[in-house]
Amino acid sequence: MAETITAIEPPPATPTVADERLARQSLWKRLLIRPEFGALAGALVVWLLFAWQAKDTWLTWGGTATYLDTAALYGLSAVAIALLMIGGEFDLSSGVMVGTSGMFTGLFAVHSGFNFWLAMALSLAICLGIGFLNGYMVIKSGLPSFIVTLGTFFVLRGFNLWLTQNITSQTNVTGVERTGGFSSADKLFASAPIKIGGTEFRVDILWFIGLTALAAWVLLRTRVGNWIFAVGGSKEAARRVGVPANATKIGLFMLVAACGWLHGMVVLTQTGRSNVIEGVGQEFYFIIAAVLGGCLLTGGFGSAVGAAFGCLILGMTQQGIVLAGWDNNLYFLFLGVILLVAAFANEWIRNWATRAGRPGRPPDVAMAGNGAARNGAAEKGAAGDGARGEARGGPGA
Amino acid sequence: MPDLIELDNVSKYFGNVIALTGVTTTVKAGEVTCVLGDNGAGKSTFIKILSGVHPHDTGRFLVEGDEVHYTSPREARAAGIATVYQDLAMAPLMSIWRNFFLGSEPTKGWGPWRHFDVAGAKKIAVEELRKMGIDVRDPEQPVGTLSGGELQSVAIARAVYFGAKALILDEPTSALGVRQSGMVLKYIVAARDRNLGVVFITHNPHHAYPVGDRFVILKRGRSLGNYAKSEISREELTKLMAGGAELEELAHELESVDPEAAEEILP
Repeated sequence: MAETITAIEPPPATPTVADERLARQSLWKRLLIRPEFGALAGALVVWLLFAWQAKDTWLTWGGTATYLDTAALYGLSAVAIALLMIGGEFDLSSGVMVGTSGMFTGLFAVHSGFNFWLAMALSLAICLGIGFLNGYMVIKSGLPSFIVTLGTFFVLRGFNLWLTQNITSQTNVTGVERTGGFSSADKLFASAPIKIGGTEFRVDILWFIGLTALAAWVLLRTRVGNWIFAVGGSKEAARRVGVPANATKIGLFMLVAACGWLHGMVVLTQTGRSNVIEGVGQEFYFIIAAVLGGCLLTGGFGSAVGAAFGCLILGMTQQGIVLAGWDNNLYFLFLGVILLVAAFANEWIRNWATRAGRPGRPPDVAMAGNGAARNGAAEKGAAGDGARGEARGGPGA
Repeated sequence: MPDLIELDNVSKYFGNVIALTGVTTTVKAGEVTCVLGDNGAGKSTFIKILSGVHPHDTGRFLVEGDEVHYTSPREARAAGIATVYQDLAMAPLMSIWRNFFLGSEPTKGWGPWRHFDVAGAKKIAVEELRKMGIDVRDPEQPVGTLSGGELQSVAIARAVYFGAKALILDEPTSALGVRQSGMVLKYIVAARDRNLGVVFITHNPHHAYPVGDRFVILKRGRSLGNYAKSEISREELTKLMAGGAELEELAHELESVDPEAAEEILP
């Protein structure tokens, strides 16, 4: 390089060059690297599959309401899980939270004699406390959230069974529909306000749509959303530029708990009783929905809308298999297959996306031995005038 | 006008270990001060004193004429001293504009409608990068797809936009190829021409000499001198930094694998 370097002039307007480089990223690729694209495409395929296999029931309003309701229930928790996963964490206690919130509400309303609304508020406070504790333990210990929330999961599962069996001699709490304030709560969480073609669509579908829209807005259009991506992508980097990284993570755990509570309230009012192991096992469905929606297990990337489409895939498959008259067990097989496909696709797309646009570096160099190749060039350049290094550089500068 | 940063015989001890001793130099607005040294020479300690991570123990540290004794990075940042670390503090899967404003997102609206001003952020990010001479193809591009030189330049542009007066660059060229290093050197010059004081930390005298106005050489925690460009040649700088004997040894080692390169080490 020259003895002295003068400042580069502001680059002349070169729209043609810029356009040419932009054009290299085709529309197809831009679509593919959107995190929600896979889930949207998957949902379409599944819908078409059952429209073909169960055409008598699938295309009716009744059939639609059934799978939408199933998807919505998953979605109440899964959308929050998607945000948490983008923030780089897991929550395996999200399933048991559904039963926990229902149990506390039921016990407070039926056995303590509180108004149903007060019982719900107390239950929400407890759930938020558990969420906070999850987040606090993860932050303080530095352990993976996988192991911490696995612990919380078993603690809650055991505690719930122990408590209800001691109080009610059963594993569920009944009689909530007779408590004061239940009917108004029932309207809010379990009514069927929409009627299309004589079929009732339950209100949880609206909750699901509203929650998804809110989550997408927060994620893409607020400061907190930027922080969620950042703490998942690189917590240290986020902290260094002043992002309240720990508070963001703890907040996400509390959000998951609050959404688990909402899920629990919908189930409680729909069924009129609280089964304390409600939701146990579903934590994996929530994670599957989030992964289908493009969330990476390593954090920093994903979509709330994608997770909602992921829930739609789960809901449609679960109901579609019944409506098509297939063996029920195929549902699990299907879940496993689509999870693997989605996880592979996410990884492939991420590698592809993060490798794109590196100017002039052949893929093999970019992938392997990158650092070594670069260092070698630097050393040579230091010794000489860099002419040889120039040869392997691409366009740019 | 007093100098942006002035160090007068500054030392730092960790217990009985001398991490850095007797460092004297100045950083002026519109100039580049290069700090050279091999691994373990005390460069990191030097950065940490300037950026407020570790307070210095003896000597005087003046910022714009006032003696300071920083105890936290926040104080240094508030005084306009921005540090661009080697690992850059960016989230690789996030877009350029999201990273540019990370932690200081501009907002619009009021109360619950307060939201991230996305359009404004994209526009400013593109403009600021253009001022540094970086032509961004697409602000939505994840920063993980940028080349090493581009990444450094985004980090520099970000520091400049958020009000840095002095810019400390921690080995910005160490992991880069020749062309990429050249790009970073250009951005250093661009920052200098925008009247920033630049502290360029490096182990490579060939990168430092073309852009530097002043050179501080560190070795094993000691300062080997503080030279203006007129007082030292590139060859002297190289020799001083590595030690003549060590360079000869390197040239000898290289002889067998790459005679041409060996020749160029010792002209």
